[in-house]
Amino acid sequence: MTYPQPRFLDAGEAALVVEFGDSVDPALNARVLCLEAALQNAAPRGIEETIPTYRSLMVLYDPLVVSRAELVSMLKTLAPGGFSSKAETGSHEEDTPEPNRRAETSPKGACWRLPCCYDPELAEDIALAAQKLDLTCERLAATHAGADYRVYMYGFAPGWCYLGGLPRELALPRRAAPRGPTPQGAVLIGGGLSLVATNPMPTGWYVIGRTPERMFSLERDPPTLIQPGDAIRFEPVDIHAFRALDARAASGESLARREETP
Amino acid sequence: MKAALRILSAGPGATIQDAGRRGFMRFGVTPAGPMDRGAFLAAAAAAGDAHGAAIETSLGGLELTTQGGGIGLAIAGGAFDLRLDGRALPAACAIALEPGARLSIRAGKAGAWCYVAPFGRFALSPVLGSLATHSRAAIGGLDGRMLRAGDILEIENLRPAPGRPLAIEAPWLEPARARIRVLLGPQDDYFSSETIEEFLSSEWRISPRCDRMAYRLEGPALKHLKGHDIVSDGLVFGAIQIPGDGAPLILMADRQPTGGYPKIAHVIGADLDALAQMRPGDPVMFESVSWDQAVAARRRRAERVLSGVELAPLKQIEPTSEFLLSRNLIGGVVDAKDQN
Repeated sequence: MTYPQPRFLDAGEAALVVEFGDSVDPALNARVLCLEAALQNAAPRGIEETIPTYRSLMVLYDPLVVSRAELVSMLKTLAPGGFSSKAETGSHEEDTPEPNRRAETSPKGACWRLPCCYDPELAEDIALAAQKLDLTCERLAATHAGADYRVYMYGFAPGWCYLGGLPRELALPRRAAPRGPTPQGAVLIGGGLSLVATNPMPTGWYVIGRTPERMFSLERDPPTLIQPGDAIRFEPVDIHAFRALDARAASGESLARREETP
Repeated sequence: MKAALRILSAGPGATIQDAGRRGFMRFGVTPAGPMDRGAFLAAAAAAGDAHGAAIETSLGGLELTTQGGGIGLAIAGGAFDLRLDGRALPAACAIALEPGARLSIRAGKAGAWCYVAPFGRFALSPVLGSLATHSRAAIGGLDGRMLRAGDILEIENLRPAPGRPLAIEAPWLEPARARIRVLLGPQDDYFSSETIEEFLSSEWRISPRCDRMAYRLEGPALKHLKGHDIVSDGLVFGAIQIPGDGAPLILMADRQPTGGYPKIAHVIGADLDALAQMRPGDPVMFESVSWDQAVAARRRRAERVLSGVELAPLKQIEPTSEFLLSRNLIGGVVDAKDQN
């Protein structure tokens, strides 16, 4: 749910969490990103870094430069539309990931087409995930590629991109025990969400596809092409196309295509 | 040939660190940086550049020499056993390491991390503005990995090395200590008041399962009031998560930027270095303080850091390491109790 009033919570004496709610919800996440953008614009002294998540903005600050009370009042001023007025119109959906509804974007949100190969040769867990969901691999792939996803946040490892908008029929609990390290560019589902991974890490999610795009590259500034608040649609490619695209990505080309938002 | 440090042997966990990578957590990038920030700063400042980088050594130890010329080194951290060609040195000191001479750093009687800062700069390229190694993501330092025997680290912009070993007097070097102050929250509402009381009154032990990412604690299993899953939230150094098994997990320098377990409390900034210097098996107890108390402790520590670092001549000649380790060679070390 979205709280009637955001909560200001301490994470130690040098970080403040502005918590808008406790669910995975595009409207809620949009408010997180709007506040972050306003804070970056204002660039007040004493603020060191921000971490946006599905439902909260963590603000790391130096309490010897800016007091907690000053910070809270500054954040209340910066919140677009104020803090209380929007809360009444805030969403009150169930505390489950949103179904396949049009991904809501923050003001600067872009829409991206991201190539993804669902061939079982690369998508190591697609057969297992399909079996658990009682679907064919083809149906799983088509359903995954047919949805619009919202980039909620990055986390866990550089460029690991957390997506909402997974169709309900693909909602699958995470594994009891993690699988081995993910391959580069793994597209995963688990816990009712989807994500795109970068570097190899063990995970409780299921690898159901691979994108040749390098989601995180030190050649770029910022190192991610796709930003929180953007939308993604996966474009299925076969294994031959994947290999060709992968070679292009390896030489530094960005493959994701930016589309005009309708 | 340029002056370079050559690693003769390195235990697991030796990496290059600077103050850390700032501003990229929103893209999932861990800041990394030193485990004991005060000890790192003492070594870096004694070597003449508080913004520089150092080698961080774990309990696994490190042996090194130089080639192509002598290099000054400042060393600070836990009570490690330092030897220059077999001769004992105090646990925080600055020395000149000549080609062929051998510096060995081994776990001494206390502490978990030790820093070796060169009087000069590592000839390495920063990644996202920092030399800090994050080995899980293979970013920073030397090829994003831990150091190993045979590695050669070129040093540029050499500064003059001390003529003879000097003791480092840094008022902010923190010994490990058993009592650590915490600020409750932000998910303390996921626990009953009895569980919070249990967290604060139990004597915990640092588990052998600890590394730069997190320190696990052994003790009673803490129960959750409403499940162990939260919608992911930001994580900072010192966050105390309670995962499904109820064993507290304190997130350290290599933590991931976001996580999905409820956090019962955070170690306050002034006590992080003392916590970091604890070893597996060491006891630890938590004491809850208010936000104001946490900030006051932070201010006191910052003031002590501002008071600087001094290099002082060593007084005794050829002492045994046992003798050295029994003495407090570091001026200004204040017992934790004085801070309250």
